[in-house]
Amino acid sequence: MYISLALFGVLAIYLVAQYNGFVVLKTRIQEALSGIDVQLKRRADLIPNVVETVKGYAKHEKSVFAEVTKARSSLMKAETPQEKAQADNMLSGALKSLFAVAEAYPDLKANTNFQDLQRQLEDTEDKVAYSRQFYNSNVLDFNTRVQMFPSNLIAKAFAFKAFEFFEAEEEAKKSVKVKFD
Amino acid sequence: MTVYNQISENKVKTFLIMFFFILIFSSFFYLLGKYFDSPWGYFFLGLFISSASSIGSYFYGDKLVLLTTGAKPANKKQFFDFYTVTENLCLADGLPMPKLYVINDPSPNAFATGRDPKHAVVCATTGLLQIMNRTELEGVIAHEISHVKNYDILLASIVAVLVGTLALISDLVIRNMFWHRGSNDERSNRNPIFLVLFIVALILTPIVATIIQLAISRKREYLADASAVLLTRYPEGLVHALEKLNNDSQPLRRVSSSTAHLFIDNPFGGKRQSSWLNNLFSTHPPIEERIKILKSM
Repeated sequence: MYISLALFGVLAIYLVAQYNGFVVLKTRIQEALSGIDVQLKRRADLIPNVVETVKGYAKHEKSVFAEVTKARSSLMKAETPQEKAQADNMLSGALKSLFAVAEAYPDLKANTNFQDLQRQLEDTEDKVAYSRQFYNSNVLDFNTRVQMFPSNLIAKAFAFKAFEFFEAEEEAKKSVKVKFD
Repeated sequence: MTVYNQISENKVKTFLIMFFFILIFSSFFYLLGKYFDSPWGYFFLGLFISSASSIGSYFYGDKLVLLTTGAKPANKKQFFDFYTVTENLCLADGLPMPKLYVINDPSPNAFATGRDPKHAVVCATTGLLQIMNRTELEGVIAHEISHVKNYDILLASIVAVLVGTLALISDLVIRNMFWHRGSNDERSNRNPIFLVLFIVALILTPIVATIIQLAISRKREYLADASAVLLTRYPEGLVHALEKLNNDSQPLRRVSSSTAHLFIDNPFGGKRQSSWLNNLFSTHPPIEERIKILKSM
């Protein structure tokens, strides 16, 4: 009698602990995701300044500006992590061609305002990458727990589902690094 | 060993070191008191000084360390890369942003101090910030952030303060011995055995202090290197940074042996050969060895 009561008690404590563990991890993932959003927004906010500055020196490179602006607005509109990741990659590609264009204008390259923006952009780039890494490592913890026995039973019972990773295209991730030294 | 083991091990070791410090320090003062004919008075004086410096080192260790190294707070505008790189790595690890300090010194070096991630300080020399590019700086800062995360900073800062206290007190005592010679017949009344014991203790203290410093620092450097790479996902950054540190052999201008083990690279500078004797008494593992391990990752 007492033994079964004790067993039941232990089981109940285990269940509660597991459930709470899931909730903590899930909250952390949501927080990490909003961390990415903050950085993406910061990045998007920098873009108009950059475009304006480059426009001042290279007015006729219209196609590049259009591409950057389009990528930016699709990033602002993106809802799911997948859409955001995709839009972010697109923006990185567009920015790459923008900076490639800027290479041809020595006056622009010497502009301190432009250099400062470039530095900030490079930094937000890193910030996006690092907050993505934080998000992904939290997702990894969560997903491992969702799949491992016996916690997978509890995950199933309370409908905790595995999250998707925030992926960056490997190629885009490397090539975005703006070098100017 | 995982990071979590490392954290609890560091906390336990901190407690043990404080405990033994108080024990040894008080008995040392007891011996001193025997020589001056008031053992308990000296014992309680020792107990008070050692307890105060242990508790003080827990709460104010980081400030003392910063004071002895002459570090100044760093702002984002002036040290953009230093500030933003730290910010980014904290983002990646979900850690609060540490306070940043800069030492105005051409010798490249860096250290972290504090008692936990919420009360942490990362400090770099201007020399380091000058010679490192952003990726290399990321490697160095990630190494320091790992020390913060693993609670190495707690243990290391407390050891720094306690070793400093020990050095200060034994210095003081030695000077006092020469000043208070007293008259000959006064001295002959005293039991010479205590004097011998006392001198032995005086010789042993700095050696013990060094051994504690050695014991805490070397394995931690390897672990922090590994965690740093896990954070930046780019071993070459730290490898290049370590190579630059290794090529630069100028010592820090303001450095004391009590804080030496905090730094990422030996602050006394000089080329170190990796002979076993050198390794035995160095607070830092040879950089070549660290680079070799990183390259194999």
